[in-house]
Amino acid sequence: MDDKIIQLIGVSREYNTGIAVDNINLYVKKGEFITLLGPSGCGKTTTLRMIAGFEVPSSGQILLNGEDITKIPPYERPINTVFQRYALFPHLNVFDNIAYGLRQKRVTAVYENNKGERIEKKVKLTRKEIEEKVSKALKMVDLEEFEKRNVTTLSGGQQQRVAIARAIVNEPEILLLDEPLGALDLKMRKDMQLELKEMHKKLGITFIYVTHDQEEALTMSDTIVVMKDGTIQQIGTPMSIYNEPKNSFVADFIGESNICSGTIVGDKKVKFINHVFDCVDDFPLNEKVDVVVRPEDVFLMDEGKGQVNGVIASSIFKGVHYEMAFMVGKTEIIIQDTIERKEGERASIYIKPEDIHIMAKEFVSNRYEGYINKRNRVCFAEGEFDCDVTKLYPGSTLDEEGYLVLTTGEKLDLTNTEVIVEVGLKDIEIIDNDEDGDACGSIVSIIYKGDHYQIIIRTDEEEEDFVVDTEYVWNENDRVSVKIPPEKIGLKLKVAEGTRR
Amino acid sequence: MKLRFARKHLCIPYALFLALFVIAPILIMLYYAFTDSEGGFTLMNFASIFSDITALSAVLSSVSIALLTTAICLIIGYPVAYILARSGLKHGKTLLLLFITPMWINFVMRLNALKEFFALINILDKSAYFNTVIGMVYDFLPFMILPLYTTLIKMDNSLIEASQDLGANKIKTFVNVVIPQSMPGVISGITMVFMPSMTNYVISDILGRSHITILGKLIENYFMQNNWNMGAAISMMLLAVMFVFTWLTGGFNDDAANAKGVGL
Repeated sequence: MDDKIIQLIGVSREYNTGIAVDNINLYVKKGEFITLLGPSGCGKTTTLRMIAGFEVPSSGQILLNGEDITKIPPYERPINTVFQRYALFPHLNVFDNIAYGLRQKRVTAVYENNKGERIEKKVKLTRKEIEEKVSKALKMVDLEEFEKRNVTTLSGGQQQRVAIARAIVNEPEILLLDEPLGALDLKMRKDMQLELKEMHKKLGITFIYVTHDQEEALTMSDTIVVMKDGTIQQIGTPMSIYNEPKNSFVADFIGESNICSGTIVGDKKVKFINHVFDCVDDFPLNEKVDVVVRPEDVFLMDEGKGQVNGVIASSIFKGVHYEMAFMVGKTEIIIQDTIERKEGERASIYIKPEDIHIMAKEFVSNRYEGYINKRNRVCFAEGEFDCDVTKLYPGSTLDEEGYLVLTTGEKLDLTNTEVIVEVGLKDIEIIDNDEDGDACGSIVSIIYKGDHYQIIIRTDEEEEDFVVDTEYVWNENDRVSVKIPPEKIGLKLKVAEGTRR
Repeated sequence: MKLRFARKHLCIPYALFLALFVIAPILIMLYYAFTDSEGGFTLMNFASIFSDITALSAVLSSVSIALLTTAICLIIGYPVAYILARSGLKHGKTLLLLFITPMWINFVMRLNALKEFFALINILDKSAYFNTVIGMVYDFLPFMILPLYTTLIKMDNSLIEASQDLGANKIKTFVNVVIPQSMPGVISGITMVFMPSMTNYVISDILGRSHITILGKLIENYFMQNNWNMGAAISMMLLAVMFVFTWLTGGFNDDAANAKGVGL
């Protein structure tokens, strides 16, 4: 017997507005506390709603204990949900809210009739059974005296507890929690985190938890599933997600981290911030990589004693530790240490080989499919850009009428020629005004990489991405436009030749 | 003293209107209701309502017509409002408009059209009672649909999901969650249909061809016969009944008042 209680196989969910969940595969083990973690709009809630039965996947299968439940309605699933805004029934008091599920329940009872035959019958729970179960659930959430209270008079934290009691009283096989602590204040949230974890231990049922709070996920879960744009980025224990992030998105999303560009210069040797470090990951020679180092893994030493010298640019007291920015040339390394070094002080840093995490670079350049229009400009990603079309045929020139003249003297009309466009990450300029550039979109992601920001700008209709490396900081969701110098647009023919004339 | 303009002065025009056209007439009516034709104090006007056969039968038919109309409006209106508000129809708003546009056509014209239609299908002379009920349903249905629609569209969808999540199928969810949640709309719908259908005698005049006398008609008759005292007494009694009805259904609560405000 395998112990997979729930399995998602190639599950997708599409809306008219786009894809919310894109072909995800995931299984959850019995009794596990699993957290779906990601920024808003990453598809985590949609995934949860498909498991609950509120949404039907556009494709794929959901198995519960090996049985297909993809199309089974929510009221026939042994799964209960704690909703984001509690969704308590305002017309019922605390007792009736919690008893709601029990009153729907039918259990099999065995009778013996007067002929001595055994008869199985579906019966309701008795009033006494319901009362016992409800008071047990109330005790579990510390609300013993609240049975007769009107739910609308309860505080947020108390409503939250009623919502949890209402779900667990049914003894579901799986409890789904959709950002249940989002509306509580910090202190209460911390307490509830521990209580939920305690409850999970006591009840022994499977918890599937959705949150955008990475700290919450790290504190509570056995397994974390990091999601972005409807796809799973990484699945692992909190420890492995924190220590071995698979890509720079995960590294940036889970806790503070320093992300720098580096190059592999030898066997388990990586060069970044102008120094060759030993590391433990194997990557091909000369590969461009992202290097991730957690702030608490960087040791500060006196100048000359560590691996790289630099200067402290700023220092902030954060309670348990100081957070200091250490400048090596133009690159900033964030360091957390309990001993403060003053701003302007020169120092050096040391990083252990096992604390240097190396990831393949996600983006080396931007590639698009596009075409040349009548004015010899190239169209891609919802924009129209000036470009040098002579790049398509080496040695060719443009005549006055706009035809391309090849070295052989042949004349070409390039209109509608399909091309592959390649643009470097540093060759795109971001412009504040969304009408001044050649294409526009919104900023969907910003990741700081030591000496620059990596910004992703997504166009509105076709959702094409411009990945841009820039020194300037922008805000997420900003509307911006992009400009690319004509000489920086790399062009290649998609098919062997253009329309001949 | 300098004259200062304060925000409360904005209500002066309405206060004047209220005093002249609402409070003064009620006081005059009260005077007539409690006096006889010579102007002396009496309670005879009220006593004779309950001893006069015409008056009693008018009360009975008014109440029964109003009850029947309200019930039919609720039975037709609830499903319509539910479908418009909750089934995610693409053109829900347009459909709602279709149900409401008849209200913009002149009331008497609509009734006469209905009368001609009844004549056409030969039921005009059959039953004055049912013709009146059909006419009232036809006229007052939008007043039932609108408040129901507004409460249903405001209802938090997660409540329905929570109910299904806890094991209640669609029918049980409807009975246990949707109906209780839509009660403010039901009450304000009932109020808005029941009250006018007690008194709107134009409908019974045109469609019942004056074969049926409801309270509104009775009041008119008394005033036409120059018996202002009796007319005023019946009006006052009706006012009291409506007041009690509104109070019983919680119409003076803030919650229900809000729901009604949206409905209007």
